[in-house]
Formats: sequence, C-alpha cells, structure tokens
Amino acid sequence: MNLKRLLAVSYKESLQILRDIRVLIMAFAIPLILLILFGYAVTLDINNLPLGVYDQDNSRESKEFVESLVQSGYFSIKDYVKNYKELETLLEKSEIKIALVIPRNFSAEVKSGNKIEVQTILDGSDANTASIGSGYLSGGLLLFYSKIAQADNTPAIEGKIRIWYNQDLKSRNFIIPGLIAVIMMIIGALLTSLVIAREWERGTMEQLIATPVKSSELIFGKLIPYFLIGMIDLLMAVVLARLLFKVPFQGDYLFMFLASGIFLLGALGIGMFISILTKSQQLAYQMAMLTSFLPAYILSGFIFPIFNMPLFLRIITHIVPARYYIKILQGIFLKGNGLQILGGEILLLSIFALMMLTLANLIFKKRLPE
Amino acid sequence: MIIFVAPLLQLVLLGYAATMDINRIPTAVLDFSKTQESRELISLFRNSGRFTINHIPESQKELVELLDQGKIWVGIEIENDFVKEMKKGKTVPIQILIDGTNSNTAGVVSGYINQLLFSYNKKISQDKLQKKLAQGLLSGQVQPVKILNLENQARAWYNPELKSRDYNLPGVLALILMITTMMLTSMAIVREKEIGTIEQLMVTPIKTTELILGKVIPFALIGFIDVVLVTSVAVLWFKIPFRGSFFLLFLSVGVYLLTTIGIGLFFSTLSRTQQQSMMLTFFFVMPAIILSGFMFPIANMPRLIQYLSFANPLRYFLVIVRGIFLKGSSFRVLWDQILPLGIIGVIVLILSTARFKKKIG
Repeated sequence: MNLKRLLAVSYKESLQILRDIRVLIMAFAIPLILLILFGYAVTLDINNLPLGVYDQDNSRESKEFVESLVQSGYFSIKDYVKNYKELETLLEKSEIKIALVIPRNFSAEVKSGNKIEVQTILDGSDANTASIGSGYLSGGLLLFYSKIAQADNTPAIEGKIRIWYNQDLKSRNFIIPGLIAVIMMIIGALLTSLVIAREWERGTMEQLIATPVKSSELIFGKLIPYFLIGMIDLLMAVVLARLLFKVPFQGDYLFMFLASGIFLLGALGIGMFISILTKSQQLAYQMAMLTSFLPAYILSGFIFPIFNMPLFLRIITHIVPARYYIKILQGIFLKGNGLQILGGEILLLSIFALMMLTLANLIFKKRLPE
Repeated sequence: MIIFVAPLLQLVLLGYAATMDINRIPTAVLDFSKTQESRELISLFRNSGRFTINHIPESQKELVELLDQGKIWVGIEIENDFVKEMKKGKTVPIQILIDGTNSNTAGVVSGYINQLLFSYNKKISQDKLQKKLAQGLLSGQVQPVKILNLENQARAWYNPELKSRDYNLPGVLALILMITTMMLTSMAIVREKEIGTIEQLMVTPIKTTELILGKVIPFALIGFIDVVLVTSVAVLWFKIPFRGSFFLLFLSVGVYLLTTIGIGLFFSTLSRTQQQSMMLTFFFVMPAIILSGFMFPIANMPRLIQYLSFANPLRYFLVIVRGIFLKGSSFRVLWDQILPLGIIGVIVLILSTARFKKKIG
C-alpha cells in the first residue's frame, strides 16, 4: 500500500463529503436528534397512566384509596363514570388504559378489616403498559391496606431487593450507551454502503480503474473520512451523555474509545463489503439495513434481553457484532468493567473487523465488468 | 426480491425478540442455610418458570463476580439463620441483587420477585392460621385471627393473556410500510437525477404529474403486497387475532401511503444524491418511530413533544392498525384517526408535487 495514493483517495472522498454538505450535516444531526429524543423525550418508565374510576361505594374510604393511587404518581384520573357502559367507551377509545371499579361494600369490608377487593379492567391491546399498570395498582392496594388495617400477622420473609449499576432504574442510562452502537452502525455500515456502489452507478469507477491506485488503497482511502465522522459522533455522544443526561460513567475513557474504534472498523468493513457486492445504491442500502442496522437494534440486547429470545435467535445473536459492543459499552458505562472482564468481547470484535476488511479487499476487483 | 424479504425478516425478528414477558432470567442462588425450608423457597423461584437458576456460587465474592460479568441478572442470598429466625416468628430478610442495567427488564423482574414472595408469605400465614385453629379447637377456644386478604381482580380486555407480541406486531406493519415506501420513493426519483436520466425523461412529452404517478404507483402496490404478506404471517404464524375488517384496513393503508409516499417525494426534491435522500429519510423515520407510541407511551413524553406528535402520520396509523387487529374497531370509532391522516397526506402531496414541478419542470 502506498501512503501517498491512500491519502489522495481519502482527500478525494473528503472533498466529496464536504461538497455534499447535507450528508455531512445529517451524519451529525441524526445521532444528535436520536440522543436528545432518547435522553429527554421518551422513557420506558411509566407514569401518569390514564385511569377511569367507577366508584360504586362513593365513601370516604374509597376516595382515600383513589387519592392514594394518584399520589403514587403512577396514575392520573381521566374521568369518574357512573356505569360500566361509560367505562367501556373510554377503554374502546383508548382514552384510559385502566378502568378501576370499587365495589359497593368496599368501605364496609375495609372497616371489618378482613378483605379488600377491587376490580380492574385493563386495556390488553397495550400489554406492556397494562401489566405494569396492574402491578402498580396491586402495589397501591397493598400500601393502602398497610395504612388502614391492623393485621396481626407479620410476613414470614421480606425480600430486601437492591438494584445494582443503575439504582434509580432510569431507562436513559442503558439506552444511551446502547444507542452509541446503533449510531456507529448508521455511520459505519449504512452511510458507507453507498460509497463504492455510487462510483459504479455514476460511471466514475471507470476513471478510478484507469488510475494506478490499488484496490486496497481505494478501500482504506474511502474508509478514513467515514472513520473520522464515526469517531466524532462517538465523542459527541459521550459528551452529551455525561454533561447533559448525567449518565454514569464508571470505566475508562481510553478503553472505550479503543473498543469503539475496533467496532467501527468492523462496521465500516460490512458497509464496504456490501457496497462492493451490490453495485447499486438502493440495493446496498437495503442490504445494509438488514444485515447491520436491524440486528444492531433488535438482536443485540440493546432493549430486548437476549436470554428471553427463543433458542434459534439466541444462536444467531452470537454472530451479531453489536451484541458484544453493547455489552462492552454498558459494562464500561455502568459497571466499570475493564479489559479483564471484557477481553473476550474485544477479541471477537477485532477478529470480526479483520475478517470484514479482508473480505472486502478480496472481493473487490478493479476491472470493468464483462 | 429483497423488497419483500426485508419486511418479513423484520416481522419475524420483532415477533420473537420484542417481548416484555420475561422468562429464563439467569439467576444465581447463594444458599448459606441449606435447609429444607430454604430449598423450598428456591424451588418456588425455579417452578415459577420465570427464573433459570444456572449458577450456585459458594461465596458472596463469586456472586458479585457473576453479576459483574453479566452472567446472571439476579442473585439471591439466603442467610445461615434463615430457619432459626423464621421459627422465632420474626420477619427474615432475603438479600436479592438485581442487575439494573436494563432498567425496564429489572423493573419487571423485581415485580415478579415481589409477587413470588407475596404468595409465599400468604401460604405461610395460612398454614399458621390453620395450626392456630386446630389448637383452638383442641383447647376449646377459638380466637379470631385476621389474615391478609387482598384481591385485585384484573381482567384484560382485547388481549386477555397480555401478550406483548399481539400489541407489537400490528405496529411493526406500520413501521415497515413507512420505511419501505418512503425510502423507495425518495431514493428512486433521486436515482434518475444522479445518473442523469431525468433529463431524458423531461424531453419526452410526459407531464410532471404523470411522471410522479407512474413512479410512485408501483411503490404503493409494493406497500399493499407488504400488508398482505405481513398480515398473513402475523395471523397464520404468530396467531395474532384479526378482529376487524380487511376492507377498513386496506382503506386506511391507502390513506397512510399518501402520507409516506408524499413525504418520500418531498425528500426527493430536497436531495441531489441517493446518499442524501437516504440520510434525510432516516432523519425523519427514526424520530417518527420513537415519537409514535410504538414502544414508548406518548402520555409520558414532555407536553411540547406530545403536540409535535400530532403531525406524525405513524401516530394515527398505529392506533388504527391496533384497533382493527385487536379490538375489531369500526370506521365509526376510527374516523377521527383516519381523517387527520388524510389531511396530512393531501397537504404533503400538494406541497411536494408543487416543489417537484418547480425543481424539475
């Protein structure tokens, strides 16, 4: 490989990127908007569930119970209704997620102190929210009971549950490190998958073939500017995560940048490989979406835990590089893991990067198609 | 070919992976007590089907290491004096460590644990009650005993088993339609510009509107084929209920495609290269998905963002497909979702056609 020719290709590709300023802006704006949305706008933590109440009892006790639910912060009362029909309408129109029915003898039962019963109807079409909401409601019932009733039995055991690594259970704390992997895939694989296909489609590949540049120089030369964009995105993401979103960072920054560099090389390798293989930008984009972005999103453990998947998917996740990278990122950010624990993952990512770049070099033929 | 493989693959992946019903939670138990009672408690965890006990560490240090390495998500520690303390009638603490990294899963898991312990306590106190009653009968005096009896009779409508898959898969249909048709539209038109063939098209007597229609009708057709494919797999393979009318589904898909293709067209007028149009579409699609209520409830978002989401076609279409699939909703219930969708569609189509004429014509 000739360094001068390599840099010449990099220079040409950088010029092309800089001239096409919109792509460059997008390459920074997409990560930025993803980070801000995940950091500020959305959360998997459920609060203020819209609740419809049908209070048949209408007593001091029943009102106290509803009040205690509202104070828990998990529920907000959307409406008080007078019959089942109205509850049905609210549920069907998705205006409430949970309907609470307090039976007529509620206060009498509470006073006698032996049984408290309520009825809830959940909107099962949103199963996640419904089951979590139902759990909160049961919890609220338990809390209400302990406040008003005097049971003479102490519980036999008590679970002292401690949550580690993310004590406040903030979804932002695990989504943002995971998001970095997704961003790297967008820049590495998606954006790069178009760069060689583009030369073929526009016909400029013929001009490149006529120059003395070697295929490896062409590939690496084209990779360098995109590698830089990816690393700048990473830096931006880490700065935002730390300063704006206060995501804890327990590990070593240098280690994280090294690991990310290795992963990014692999992602660029996939993008390059696809780009060489397809020769058409539209096809390249779809292939990149399927083989890199989608697995990084769904099969990496980013949001959905891997142990919960059926066996055949669990086997497939072993060849998804983002799986290892996300373990590394979450390990470094939240657990403070170092090379000792993550050595295996680093090794696998290095092998992967080496393999993809070699493959891309092997299949690239610098000659005109017959 | 890949146009049809891609949606199916997405459906299958999300169908299997995107579930919030958590099972096989990797768990380690550190049992210092090693008694029949402690084993009973452990088997309660094992038999629930939620927890897979795959490590039996010997020391606390080992337990912590397992947690650090991510090999387990839950660590349970039962103390030496477990039985002794319980016999004294005291409340015995059980140490439980949960890896909170994935806060969502951790929240669900701690809910499972609380339920298990709750039912364990209930059983123990009932046993006690029975013993007391038996003793009372023997000694001739029955003492009133109050026991904890709480009931939350929960019924879930539309999806009685609360399967998150039933909720997610109709939503996947909405995502696939948006990504496929928007990306195809924006990239295909820019492709003609990039290669230079658009100039050849301009010199033919074809009108701009005809050109646009001719270009996008195949993509709309692809969209409809995707609907048939995805719905078939969802219903036949994943056994998702389909309670509504196919006609209404197709009608609302038609309205939805106006918006996605219209926006795709708009992006094609903004870009000169396919790379630009891909990034632009991506720039729109990702936030649209995140802010649609597909995974993250809209009610939890900041007020400003909630207002913003009214301009998001995906938001309306999600309510429509979920309604048609799971609730069997009719036009009477869904018209106030279909109408805004139609309005957005007409507006973007007019805007983008006008811009297209100005730029190309």
